[in-house]
Amino acid sequence: MKKDLLSISDLTTDEIYRVLDTTEAMREIGRRPIKKVPALRGKTVVNLFYEPSTRTRTSFEIAEKRLSADTLGLAVASSSTTKGETLADTALNLEAMAPDMIVLRHASSGAGHLLSRICRSRIINAGDGTHEHPTQALLDAFTIREHKKRIDGLKVVIVGDLLHSRVLRSNVLLLTRLGAEVWVCGPATLVPTGIEQSGVRVSTSIAEAVAGADVIMMLRIQQERMQGAFFPSLREYFQTFGMTAARVALAKPDVIIMHPGPMNRGVEIASDVADGPFSVILEQVANGVAVRMAVLYLLGGGQEGD
Amino acid sequence: MPIVMDADRIGRTLTRIAHEILERNRGIDDLALVGIRTRGVPLARRLAEMLRDIQGHDVPTGTLDITLYRDDLMRTAVGAQPVVRKTDIPFSIDDKRILLVDDVLYTGRTIRAALDALIEFGRPRAIQLVVLVDRGHRELPIKADYVGKNVPTSVGQSVQVHLTEIDGRDEVEILES
Repeated sequence: MKKDLLSISDLTTDEIYRVLDTTEAMREIGRRPIKKVPALRGKTVVNLFYEPSTRTRTSFEIAEKRLSADTLGLAVASSSTTKGETLADTALNLEAMAPDMIVLRHASSGAGHLLSRICRSRIINAGDGTHEHPTQALLDAFTIREHKKRIDGLKVVIVGDLLHSRVLRSNVLLLTRLGAEVWVCGPATLVPTGIEQSGVRVSTSIAEAVAGADVIMMLRIQQERMQGAFFPSLREYFQTFGMTAARVALAKPDVIIMHPGPMNRGVEIASDVADGPFSVILEQVANGVAVRMAVLYLLGGGQEGD
Repeated sequence: MPIVMDADRIGRTLTRIAHEILERNRGIDDLALVGIRTRGVPLARRLAEMLRDIQGHDVPTGTLDITLYRDDLMRTAVGAQPVVRKTDIPFSIDDKRILLVDDVLYTGRTIRAALDALIEFGRPRAIQLVVLVDRGHRELPIKADYVGKNVPTSVGQSVQVHLTEIDGRDEVEILES
């Protein structure tokens, strides 16, 4: 494995399968009465979160603790960032205290790459702006593989705010690499220019996109990143692109419905679909811990060239 | 390369160990087998079958992967993390007499890791160690309760156990490295 995990493109196909296989073993640890193994004993992991996060942050923290790492969560609101310190200076100061790994969530795309250049610590990207969220894509792939026993040849449809989604970018890289037929669907205003060059099919018709799908992945409408009117109203968005039971019925009978969270019920997904029999949304959350354990373990916490 | 045990010898040895287990534990009540990955697993399954044939009922059997408990983990260079596989102990080990099964006993470090891993699943009444081959050179104060064969070796040699379930044949050989 490379020093850092900033993008799915940092992983070879073999390494992706290695992460997924290791996840299987890690998941079993979460089912034990004592959910802890000594693998990362004595390693220090800093969780540096510049954006709000419930799932990713708790998931990383639980994963770190289950591997016996010493973890430190930096609540940015109470840190020197509020006094004007830059990300690079914060990172250099943390680096001086010699953590083995830094898990970074930041609103700017490429924040992880900046840290990667100036830090000896290993950097794990936990979401950078609208760029990538690799551990989310890995846990999605794990969840899909578990239900479908394969990824190759599946029709996977990703619907929603494509423009602002780092989950989309990581998933497109990962799922096309593993041989899935990936469709993306959303209002034309939210389709990134040139996305078809990454090997996906683009459609603005939800009926066409969902037809015969094995997997439907819903993305959140990221209003906090929207500076402009991309669609007339949330109500109209739901009418045109929201995942309803009637639309789910167009997919394969054993379709699974995924969502990386947090969900906007009644905007991108109807409540009866989110809580319905095809939904694997909470399984994704559960698998997130095991995937992050696998990534932390495989990155090892050692330094390059040791 | 010298073959120190052939298929017949391995079969007879396991039968003898199964009888020793019964003699020492006065039956199979409260017994459970746990095989250490990789080659302890088929050995544990074979012993479970033999114990069932003799006593008429099943002995719970599990699988232990000790990778995350190794004392040399994170000491190796980047990118060389050993593969972690699944541990599967589908029964409570509380108050059971656990027979821990491995193919070769050497430094004792694997068994140390296995003991640590096992204890986290509960509190067994006792843990006994079964090995097919004891090749000496212990680095920790660990001793097997049931030994298939003591094989004197030098540190430079390696002992390879081949089992039908994994390698297509039953054989123990010594290799010069």
